Amino acid sequence: MTASLLQVSGLVARRGSVEVLHGIDLEARPGEILAIIGPNGAGKSTLLGAIAGVYPARAGRITLAGRPITGLPAEAVVRLGISLVPERRQVWSGLTVREHLLLGGYHRYWRHRSEVRADVALPQGIFPRLLDLDRRLGGSLSGGEQQMLAIGRGLMARPRILLLDEPSLGLGPLIVREIVHALDRLRRAEGLTVILVEQNVKAAMATADRVAVMERGRIVLRGTPAELLAHPGIKAAYLGKGYEIAG
Amino acid sequence: MLALLPQLLLTGITIGSIYALIALGFVLIYGVTGILNFAQGEFSMLGALVCATLLAWHLPLATAALISVAATCVLGALTERLAVEPAFGAHPLTLIIITFGVSMALRGLALMLWGADPYALPEFTPGPPLVLLGGVLVRQAVWAIGLSVAVVGALFTFFVRTVPGAAVRACADNAFACRLVGISPRRVSLAAFTLSAALGAVAGIVITPITGATYDMGLGLGLKGFVAAVIGGLGNAPAAVVGGYLVGIIESLATGYLVPGYAGAITFLVLLAVLFLQREGVLHGAQRRQA
Repeated sequence: MTASLLQVSGLVARRGSVEVLHGIDLEARPGEILAIIGPNGAGKSTLLGAIAGVYPARAGRITLAGRPITGLPAEAVVRLGISLVPERRQVWSGLTVREHLLLGGYHRYWRHRSEVRADVALPQGIFPRLLDLDRRLGGSLSGGEQQMLAIGRGLMARPRILLLDEPSLGLGPLIVREIVHALDRLRRAEGLTVILVEQNVKAAMATADRVAVMERGRIVLRGTPAELLAHPGIKAAYLGKGYEIAG
Repeated sequence: MLALLPQLLLTGITIGSIYALIALGFVLIYGVTGILNFAQGEFSMLGALVCATLLAWHLPLATAALISVAATCVLGALTERLAVEPAFGAHPLTLIIITFGVSMALRGLALMLWGADPYALPEFTPGPPLVLLGGVLVRQAVWAIGLSVAVVGALFTFFVRTVPGAAVRACADNAFACRLVGISPRRVSLAAFTLSAALGAVAGIVITPITGATYDMGLGLGLKGFVAAVIGGLGNAPAAVVGGYLVGIIESLATGYLVPGYAGAITFLVLLAVLFLQREGVLHGAQRRQA
């Protein structure tokens, strides 16, 4: 078994005054795609936010490659190698696509200016559409284009772990497939670890190496997609009858 | 009647270039933090008075001006760190009232340090006034207009052409997304106050050879700059610059053609009209921040 890259133990976090996570244990290994599924309001987005430093942990600890990162603010966590692509994409409406990508590498910009400028080719290679849209403003893009841009911006931080919050929300199946392929390539080529929150359980099951099921702020089940599919409750609750894993 | 027009326009453009700098200071801080900084005018006052004092200590004008701009920058940064930053997240109205408090405190401090008498600065390049298009332009007015245009140009180049400039715009656009890429909104806020203080100080120093400097000059300059920023829609830097020139020209025309004492009142009538007619400002502006 490979050593875990990210280790979350006993994580308790609030969103506003409401406690959303009640003691989460989770680990992610290098180069794997870990999907987190579960109903609305289970706390999936909050979990990603808490790992990224957006929501402070009330209890528990988070370590990245053995180094504690609990309590660090988001702008510090991204420097250490965890990049969050947030829900609703959060692009800058008045900035161009190129500016998004350059700012994605902002934490490296002061020391490695030319490297960041050269790295723009990386997300452009994964999503060639971004090259066509180079001078367009973030606010003028379609939902799918914004999602590619948000992922591209997240990758520009050169993360070891990419946290993806609902990348398929509101997108057509073709774009979802393009994004899934891109993630798979990155994992193979760069050993990128991806933690993916998905409403689209079928897509998540087809992409992920491991899946964790969240309900009401706790992880209630975890395993490989095949193991979860063998679990009678899961198939009924999330996939409907007659579903088989593709491929 | 019309013979007066070129002169009034020249005067209006001169003072308008000063208002434009102050308006930019307003827009910069408002865009990044959502705060209307009513201490903006005090930065001009401090820049001017510190410069006058350094000059009295026999420093060369350029050195005195640079030091006073730097000192005002420090003060702008301190304002942010000591008065504004601790209250971040409070209701916008609270933050605005804090800046009012800072403004009054700075004015009181200036009254104690410099007294109520006006101070003067020499023209940067003394000489006879220039005659232009049937109007007279003192040499210092050329400095005011030229420096204002140069500073505004440099600032826009910074915002549009550089990555740190884009980071500031990104912060005004969506601060949450900024944190996710490692931009600290608090640092950008500090930078915005520092830069705005510099803009104010430059404006104050450049205009003082024409108008003189007093401890309470910041009130008028700040309010005019504010009107200019509102005319521009508060979120729109180029429009705020245009607003600055508009306010200067309106004021100058009102002084020339109407009763001189009413120039200020007319400026504020314009502000009221703008606020009534179009909440977003005359020149189509950026979206208003949700309070």
